Amino acid sequence: MQQNRRESAEQTAAILSKRVAGGGLIDRRAFLTHAMTLTGAIVAGGLTGTSPVRATETLGPGILPWQLIPGQPFRTYGEPSKFEESVKRSIGQPFGAIAPGTGSSFTPLQSLNGTITPNGLHFERHHNGVPEIDPKQHRLLIHGLVKRPLFFTVSALARYPMTSRICFIECGGNSFRNTLPEPPQVTCGMIHGLVSCSEWTGVPLAMLLAEAGVDPKGKWVLAEGADSASMSRSIPMEKVLDDALIALYQNGEAIRPEQGYPMRLLLPGWLGNMSVKWLRRIKVTDAPIHTRDETSHYTDLMPDGKARQFTFVMGVKSVITHPSGGMSMQGPGFYEISGLAWSGAGRIVKVEVSADGGASWAEAALQEPVLPLSLTRFRIPWDWSGGPVLLQSRATDDKGRVQETHKDWAAHYSPVNRYHCNAIQTWNITAEGSIRNVYL
Amino acid sequence: MSTFRNLALCFAGATLLTSGPGHAGPALGQAATADEIAAWDISIPPNGSGLPPGSGTTKQGAAVYAAKCLACHGANGAGKPADPLVGGIGTLASRSPLKTVGSYWPYATTLFDYVRRAMPLDSPMSLSNDEVYAVSAYILSLNGIIADDATMDAETLPKVEMPNRNGFVNYWPQR
Repeated sequence: MQQNRRESAEQTAAILSKRVAGGGLIDRRAFLTHAMTLTGAIVAGGLTGTSPVRATETLGPGILPWQLIPGQPFRTYGEPSKFEESVKRSIGQPFGAIAPGTGSSFTPLQSLNGTITPNGLHFERHHNGVPEIDPKQHRLLIHGLVKRPLFFTVSALARYPMTSRICFIECGGNSFRNTLPEPPQVTCGMIHGLVSCSEWTGVPLAMLLAEAGVDPKGKWVLAEGADSASMSRSIPMEKVLDDALIALYQNGEAIRPEQGYPMRLLLPGWLGNMSVKWLRRIKVTDAPIHTRDETSHYTDLMPDGKARQFTFVMGVKSVITHPSGGMSMQGPGFYEISGLAWSGAGRIVKVEVSADGGASWAEAALQEPVLPLSLTRFRIPWDWSGGPVLLQSRATDDKGRVQETHKDWAAHYSPVNRYHCNAIQTWNITAEGSIRNVYL
Repeated sequence: MSTFRNLALCFAGATLLTSGPGHAGPALGQAATADEIAAWDISIPPNGSGLPPGSGTTKQGAAVYAAKCLACHGANGAGKPADPLVGGIGTLASRSPLKTVGSYWPYATTLFDYVRRAMPLDSPMSLSNDEVYAVSAYILSLNGIIADDATMDAETLPKVEMPNRNGFVNYWPQR
């Protein structure tokens, strides 16, 4: 046993020595290539007749109380462990009590792993609260420049041929806190958590438009929600015909009220505000309507006083979720750096990580499957020396787009712009082991 | 990326080949009548098509504003706690831009469209068309964009020239 332990420690030391960049970053394949060797060692130990560790340690005091009484019976709908109660969305209500349903709630990215967001933790953005819609009374109207204006009931749409896809939705204002003059000292989710990823299932809007018969003059559609803001957006016909979905299901269950029950528009990779929830109306038009949410809001003011309008595609982006703001390090040594990357233009092809503020970079491993327009998990091993570190990640997509530094990103916009912030996030790990948000 | 374009083109082709109703999918929709569409369609584009009958003056709008808007948007549209509606014209290129209906919004029709569908926040769609025209007139006059004695209706509202009409750069198709 002692010999095995010593060999194992030597192997770990060998892995930790496989440095690929400054600040203690280790080759992303280091643990993968050593796994075979370690497994071999364990099997060999068993064959030499060493007693299993388990046999001695699980007797007597090793038995824990929940092994001695029958557990809880079945539930009709499951809930997370009570020990995970702190994993919650954080809520932002910029207008307070006068508009409690106006604002957003943020996915706690720092508490999750993998790429799919649990339905109860998907971010929310509402413009006047969540409507309680009776699906028996809800209808979708398709009209405007069509030959046959049509109403669709929810039960009729449920009979249509459906398709499923995994994709992220990101609010156009995600990471707005990192556009403020001073970097906010809050969690990763409170900065970047207006992005979530689900499997969505529903009916291609193109199929319904084909039934209605689109006039060749129809170049845009207006999508309108049945909430008390009647939120509406104009969408180019190209996108509608490409991949727009009338989504009825999210991660296998009916879309939740806060995500648009009984149906929402889904425009993969595009500004979240356009994936109109509680969808009630599609009007085919020859030009954009210039609604409030595509003029006064969700337009991006530049330094010269002009504003970018119709910036639909979400930029290439990544953020390290582990470790991240507000966490405390547990002393020097091994950690796995992990985070999320995504692009509204396509597939993530590369995520680089720096542990020295961008002086050197190492490529992280991408968790398969890497899907287009979806959250992609990246990971890289790291040996923290215990000294101050500037941790960053930088994503590249298959269109060749690369994240910019915060300084370069900010130069494109007016100081009051809060949209489309996809700048590189920097976490400053101090010698004391606290983690601070800084702009570089 | 999955694409439904071929599907749509296929259906469009099928529709062209038939003189009757196109049955591209299961065809489970119900025909919508003109009256039903008129009752559902509340969006107003910049040319003002779809604006309803009715009218309102700035003076009438001041009374509507005091009763329905002032508590959130402040006296004279100055804002707080909700968004400011007035002022800021000429500030957009500064280091401290003030975005309001007057300084930022490119079309007056958007004001009518948004107020009618979404305001006041605690009672959306409770204003009459006359009241929406009137409060639109009041906000535009506070910004100095229309005269103090102006009347807004389906004819006059789309003709209002907003100061920031040319302040937007179209980024679609994608740049």
